[in-house]
Amino acid sequence: MDCEMENEHSEEMDMEVLSSMWPEDINEEGKMFNLEKPGADHDMLEGVKSKEEPAAVDFNRLVDLTTYSEKGSSQLSNLVKSWEYKQANAVRLLREELDSLSKQQKKVELKKLEMIEEHRFEEHKYGGNKRPVSVLDEVYDIWQEVPRRKNDVVVHDQRPEIEAEYDTIIFWKQRAIHLEKLLEASMQREQIALEKLQESIQSLERQSSPVEELSQVLRRADNYLHFVLQNAPVVIGHQDNELRYRFIYNHFPSLGEEEIIGKTDVEIFAGGGVKESQDFKREVLERGVAAKREITFETELFGSKTFLIYVEPVFSKAGETIGVNYMGMDVTDQVRKRERVAQLREEIAVQKAKETELNKSIHITEETMRAKQMLATMSHEIRSPLAGVVSMAEILSTSKLDKEQRQLLSVMLSSGDLVLQLINDILDLSKVESGVMRLEATKFRPREVVKHVLQTAAASLQKILTLEGHITDDVPVEVIGDVLRIRQILTNLISNAIKFTHEGKVGIKLYVVTDPCACKQGDSPNIKYKEEQSAPVKGSHDHNIQSTSKCRCDQKDFDGQKQGEVPCQCRAHNDETRTSLENGTSTNGDREEYLPHETTVWIRCDVHDTGIGIPEKALPTLFNKYMQAGADTARKYGGTGLGLAICKQLVELMGGQLTVSSKEHQGSIFTFILPYKVSTMYDCSDDPDELQDMMGHDAANDMNDDDANSGFFKFQPRTLGPIFSASGPGRSQTLRPNGFGLGAIHTRTAYPQDSSSFPSGNNTPKEICLIEDACSEVDVTETSPEPESSLMYSPECNNKNSIVNEQIKHDDENSQLKISSINTCSSSQRRKGDLDMTKISDPREMCQMQTKSERSSECTSNDSRDIPKTTSKPKILLVEDSKINVMVARSMMKQLGHEIVVVNNGVEAVRAIHSSHFDIVFMDLYMPLMDGLEATRLIRSFEETGNWEAAIKAGVEFDVSHSNSITNGQQSLSSRKRIPIIAMTANALSESADECYANGMDSFVSKPVTLNNLRQCFQEYLPPSL
Amino acid sequence: MLGLQSYRLLADMNRLLASLFHQGVLDEHFLQLQQLQDESSPNFVSQVVNMYFNESEKLLRSLRALSVDREHWEYKKVRLHLNQLMGSSSSIGANRIRNVCIAFRAASEQNNRPGCLRALDLLEHEFCYLKNKLHEFFLIEQQQVLAAGIRYPNYPMPQHPN
Repeated sequence: MDCEMENEHSEEMDMEVLSSMWPEDINEEGKMFNLEKPGADHDMLEGVKSKEEPAAVDFNRLVDLTTYSEKGSSQLSNLVKSWEYKQANAVRLLREELDSLSKQQKKVELKKLEMIEEHRFEEHKYGGNKRPVSVLDEVYDIWQEVPRRKNDVVVHDQRPEIEAEYDTIIFWKQRAIHLEKLLEASMQREQIALEKLQESIQSLERQSSPVEELSQVLRRADNYLHFVLQNAPVVIGHQDNELRYRFIYNHFPSLGEEEIIGKTDVEIFAGGGVKESQDFKREVLERGVAAKREITFETELFGSKTFLIYVEPVFSKAGETIGVNYMGMDVTDQVRKRERVAQLREEIAVQKAKETELNKSIHITEETMRAKQMLATMSHEIRSPLAGVVSMAEILSTSKLDKEQRQLLSVMLSSGDLVLQLINDILDLSKVESGVMRLEATKFRPREVVKHVLQTAAASLQKILTLEGHITDDVPVEVIGDVLRIRQILTNLISNAIKFTHEGKVGIKLYVVTDPCACKQGDSPNIKYKEEQSAPVKGSHDHNIQSTSKCRCDQKDFDGQKQGEVPCQCRAHNDETRTSLENGTSTNGDREEYLPHETTVWIRCDVHDTGIGIPEKALPTLFNKYMQAGADTARKYGGTGLGLAICKQLVELMGGQLTVSSKEHQGSIFTFILPYKVSTMYDCSDDPDELQDMMGHDAANDMNDDDANSGFFKFQPRTLGPIFSASGPGRSQTLRPNGFGLGAIHTRTAYPQDSSSFPSGNNTPKEICLIEDACSEVDVTETSPEPESSLMYSPECNNKNSIVNEQIKHDDENSQLKISSINTCSSSQRRKGDLDMTKISDPREMCQMQTKSERSSECTSNDSRDIPKTTSKPKILLVEDSKINVMVARSMMKQLGHEIVVVNNGVEAVRAIHSSHFDIVFMDLYMPLMDGLEATRLIRSFEETGNWEAAIKAGVEFDVSHSNSITNGQQSLSSRKRIPIIAMTANALSESADECYANGMDSFVSKPVTLNNLRQCFQEYLPPSL
Repeated sequence: MLGLQSYRLLADMNRLLASLFHQGVLDEHFLQLQQLQDESSPNFVSQVVNMYFNESEKLLRSLRALSVDREHWEYKKVRLHLNQLMGSSSSIGANRIRNVCIAFRAASEQNNRPGCLRALDLLEHEFCYLKNKLHEFFLIEQQQVLAAGIRYPNYPMPQHPN
């Protein structure tokens, strides 16, 4: 059996291995080789023996194998050799023992001899020391003498026995007796010898035969093998040259012996891998070379398992293969693990690849973002100085120039505009892309927009083209949308169309369509609206919006008549007396106002031309950034290719879509469909003033103003582009009437000459946008709605505008006079209004009043009434850290005839109040060191408790010299009464007003402080005696 | 001819002012400021405005410096600066700057950093714009004052009291 264990080419080593494996219990008794305790050995063997069953053996085959196979015989000879070796070893040991025994005997004899020699020396003493005896000689003598002596003894013994005479009877008798004795002795010896022989025969019999020993050894080896293999997941087998199992060892047998022995793999079980293993074995058999292979079995017998199989051929003595030894090990778990590891590795690799990919894309994105950011920043950086250059050039164009200069200047301006436009485009694009772009919802008239766009285009037209606009009747007169953006889109498309059209016409067509897809209608306006709602720039709050919208609604109730507007606003502001200046922007108002009554209308706008058209292959990329129809087009026509991209993005931002259809050399049509909200309430029975206002007196406009409602405009080609016309730069031609010139004409036409009746609120935001848009490119792209709204919110503004206009109209002194008159007007009016209104902080109200009073023509100068009041001057403390504000306030106070004490922060304010008395305090809210709220708290706490402990606690150090004990009594008396503290803040939100009141302030003046505000405060809070 | 120059310049000034008003760059507080100017303080407006520009430039610089600090954004400080800027801007009637400030402050209250940065950019732009325009305005005003002083020798001079 252990022949399977053998390795054919290292028999010697195997010998060693074998001997080391087995305790050499042949010589066990008393030998040092016995390492194991017999008991333990026994136990182990018992355990092993019980495991003998798994091995199924064909014993005949085993005999064959051991007899005929080369390996078997070598194995046998090995065993014999080992036995011989052991026997030889035993003999050697016996000999050694014998040697040592004989040595001991010799030693003993030597000693005896020595003793005898000593005696002999004593004998020789008498003869004297004749010769020296060396030890060596003596030893030598001993070796020679011992046997001789013995002989001597024997001879000596025999000699005395034959004392009788030779050849006599006695002699013979004696001789016979003697011989008899000898015979007897020899008989005895023979007996002894026989006994000994018997004994040795017996002992020989007792000694185990080599065969027995061999089989013992074999069994032992077998046992050990079983012991080692009992839990190993291995199958060991031997198959003959037909691959029939002759022997199999399987610790976990699933089949009985008879089912395996004499059968092949294929016969035993079926399934995946069986055939393969069979083939593999056959291959090994044929090749005669041992091999290993991993085979996965998929059998019913033991499921899916992977075995590592080692097959080696077995050769007969003649060198023929007579079978294979087969060893299989279950490596299913390992394989599974290995596969898992491989899979994990793969996954990790994939993960890593992904990661690097992601990192790359993140990097790229970051780079792009940075680039975009930089672009935006750069654009800003470039724009600011460029705006300076362009505006300076504009100013320059209004000054006296000769013809050549003017031409140069116009070129300069148009190039400047171009660059500005380009930068604006870039900015727009980045805004839209980054989602910063906010849309405004303002009321506008599509007809006017179209007309204006065409006008503007016509004004700068350098080709012989007809520009026409066609608007169908069903397009509402007024819709709500982001007019700036829509204009931008239209302008872009029109200028594009003009750019690529050399003859023929360019036009805009506007008509209402049913909404392109039902869902879109629901979605996009909502989205749009949300965007507007969340626009933080407006910085307003609901509270105020409501009030304003209320006012606006009221206005509608009055049927939009101007007459009704003023009272209505008054009403609104009576409700909301603390509405602050900047909140009621009309943009908000407009938006809110239309909410309940709006419907959505989809208007389709076609911009068509008869230009070069767009090749079909360029259509898909047409709206891409920096993309033009073709490289040659780009070279020929220039441009950045941003325009259409911006248009598309804007249109999509507004919830519409931009499409194009084109035929090469025949023209293209750009179409965008946008949803607009329409107010059903407001039935555009527009007052002519607004219209006029809107239309202005554009030099290029040779139409009737009533055209705003007509559906068709046409701008016939001129003989030559106005840019180079002798009359002056085309730009300033369009610019001046719209921008600078507007005011003057405006006043003359739109406003009645009677300056006391102010047509308030007739500048709707949209109109101003349009005007502004037309005159200043710089502002078109600004997202903030403020520019236009700021002009809107109150009639006061118009008032001022009109002043400006007046100034333009009249000469110096005249306007001066006007200002003062209006000023005083308002002051006198305020006094009147005060009778029924106790608290007014809103300048708007002032304006209302103002207009009221002015309408009633009560405009009398009342300056003198203010001045006498200042005879006993009140002490005013201004707490303000901003130098500018201090300067302005001081100047205002001066005008009002007051002197003020100024301190720069809350700490100083507390100190000032500590050291002297004030009648009124104006307190800025935000200051370094200590803000106004805290200072007020401290002052109030002093007023309540009469001491400054709170202030000292807060860290205010009082100047001891100033802490006047003399005035203290008086001061505590006087300052015990509440000093009016009026907050000044630029934070106009009402919560900050609440904060002011909560901290003990009496009133609240929103910055900027106006004369009116101040006067009002004085009136309210200063005792009339002052 | 020379006498007319003064009126022309005055008209220019007014036009410029009108355009600034139309654009919403300035509001009526600037006019109030002008009204505050009288004989006792002839250069009041330009003084105030110059001071405003100096102060604001400082504020803007420090705002910019604050915005550079990437990790730590001191919204409180930013707001303090903004309040100052807003206060002074509204005092001289720099409407658009003030509006941007409001937006800026709203953004800073929401800790909206990108919004702040945008607003800061816008603020700087507006500031430059206003500065340029007002600079121009004062230049024209100066020229106007100069031009107003020029008279033809034979032009009837304003009657002196003596």
